[in-house]
Amino acid sequence: MAKTLAEKVWDDHLVRSASGEPDLLYIDLHLIHEVTSPQAFDGLRLANRAVRRPDLTIATEDHNVPTLNIDKPIADPVSRLQVDTLRKNCQEFGIRLHSLGDVEQGIVHVVGPQLGLTQPGMTIVCGDSHTSTHGAFGALAFGIGTSEVEHVLATQTLPLSRPKTMAINVEGSLKPGVTSKDIILAIIAKIGTGGGQGYILEYRGSAIRALSMEARMTICNMSIEAGARAGLIAPDETTFAYLKDRPHAPKGEDWQRALAYWSGLKSDSDAKFDKEITLDADQLSPFVTWGTNPGQGIALDGVIPNPQDFTDPEEVSAAERALVYMDLKAGTPMKKIKIDTVFLGSCTNGRIEDLRAAAEIIKGKKVASDIRMMVVPGSARVRLQAEAEGLDKLFLEAGAEWRSAGCSMCLGMNPDQLAPGERSASTSNRNFEGRQGKGGRTHLVSPLVAAATAIRGTLSSPADL
Amino acid sequence: MEKFISHTGSALPLKRSNVDTDQIIPAVYLKRVTRSGFEDGLFAAWRSDPEFVLNKPEYSKASILVAGADFGTGSSREHAVWALQNYGFKVVISSRFADIFRGNSLKAGLLTVILGQSDVEALWSAIEEEPSLEIKVDLDTRLVSYKNQAISFDLDDYTRWRLMEGLDDIGLTLRKIDEVENFEEKRAKYKPKTLPVLS
Repeated sequence: MAKTLAEKVWDDHLVRSASGEPDLLYIDLHLIHEVTSPQAFDGLRLANRAVRRPDLTIATEDHNVPTLNIDKPIADPVSRLQVDTLRKNCQEFGIRLHSLGDVEQGIVHVVGPQLGLTQPGMTIVCGDSHTSTHGAFGALAFGIGTSEVEHVLATQTLPLSRPKTMAINVEGSLKPGVTSKDIILAIIAKIGTGGGQGYILEYRGSAIRALSMEARMTICNMSIEAGARAGLIAPDETTFAYLKDRPHAPKGEDWQRALAYWSGLKSDSDAKFDKEITLDADQLSPFVTWGTNPGQGIALDGVIPNPQDFTDPEEVSAAERALVYMDLKAGTPMKKIKIDTVFLGSCTNGRIEDLRAAAEIIKGKKVASDIRMMVVPGSARVRLQAEAEGLDKLFLEAGAEWRSAGCSMCLGMNPDQLAPGERSASTSNRNFEGRQGKGGRTHLVSPLVAAATAIRGTLSSPADL
Repeated sequence: MEKFISHTGSALPLKRSNVDTDQIIPAVYLKRVTRSGFEDGLFAAWRSDPEFVLNKPEYSKASILVAGADFGTGSSREHAVWALQNYGFKVVISSRFADIFRGNSLKAGLLTVILGQSDVEALWSAIEEEPSLEIKVDLDTRLVSYKNQAISFDLDDYTRWRLMEGLDDIGLTLRKIDEVENFEEKRAKYKPKTLPVLS
């Protein structure tokens, strides 16, 4: 029977499938961080259970760590305890950990791919909803809760009900200045934050094929913002070239065997998706959010919509609430919105290509005097690479801050936060109320828009410079 | 896990859609390493408004939350489920739940019930009219009932059985561990391992 890519990966990991119960899926890689794991390890200890496969498990410190003074003890004692707890747990259960200061430390979804641990056709889970990032390699990757973290630690499997599949076809080619971030923001605006619920998304089409691996990761990363637990892209030559010679990529004959398997990982031409939507890449322009959920987005050239123009009463009231929270008025051009802080980083847009693209815009210019710009590499390796290319100097000379790796201002947990009422242009993934700090207001943007906004002080695209 | 067969209590109307997990519990409250004590973070930002529904004395005893569509979107933090449970909620009713939140709730024993939006709105009206209104959520019959109303809801047989028996998911899987071992023997040898560390 013809199958979609997601169905192929699913079926290749079935430990058990019986009617009247969920499928039992084998998990190839389990990523761990400090915030969603302590209670899972406690559960193991209580039940006197071991970690079944430490050799398929890896941990890093990212959510609750500072991005300044990382050589000093973490100042907040509660945060320090959480990080220390991860260190103790990893030691007790024999799990590989990349701690603050380690060259492989960084955001868990940046670390996995750069080590070559993320490969096509794998099942990958992590107690973090942006695990969908790894779908860019044709892996089935999704976020799980702490009970499931404990389940995977103990059994290396998860009981799951088979989701439906949705094809998202993006055809054509992107205009200059338009990025994969704009593609995914436009998709979310189109299908809504609940549009992907119950589905695995597969991004297809010529515009997707033309993207680099890092750009693909940005798209898959935000599948969850469309309500889908997972999103994936069929592996191709771009994927294989990215993986070749990475530390944990297969070598020699193993590479050939892996390649033979990976090459079959695509949806059959006659496979049937439960739902299919199409987007014209040529029509896209830089896209930004105006509201408090990632579906409340619009072209940067547009104006803030009038809540009364929505047909669904739920959307009307959500838009009204969002404008109050964001302190914005319907009809205001997006480009008139004054920004206080620009955040370049996160598992969505904290990779080397993102930093290069922003640095190219910033080069030789100055960040506006009333703007704070924070540049936070997604991993220690990304930071080193950027420094080797001199990008840090370009940012510093422009007046931006150059930080150490971590989730930073994406989630308002560590010291990097917005003050109440402060407004950001952020390359991260969520514009929820208070997401970047209590009372903070977030506009989601691409790295190019972030850089142009930092220079002009209002939401801008590079074309405005 | 505690068995869940049926729960009767009063309810609180949260008339907002897209209540994301950052609203249910902001990230700064996720620093604890225990499973308890998260009630202080529940709806922390909204609770600073005295008019917020959770602050209204008529709903102080509520153990059922009736929320707008797309409840629990966003992060995978199970702390959102724990915060609701630690505060005293046993059931959340909505017309749509985010996938990960729904999975987490049913693992942790917080019953999430999906009703049609019109049923949710009828419930809101009934609760606002009579905040102490008794609502019964019964897993055995899969019915939400109040006054002379009885609305059926769907929940797959397996999850219902697991909740009603209070079964430990991990224990259930460990019973089938020989099947996991069989699978592992057939796994491709080129699949990556995190150990030993390679660079």
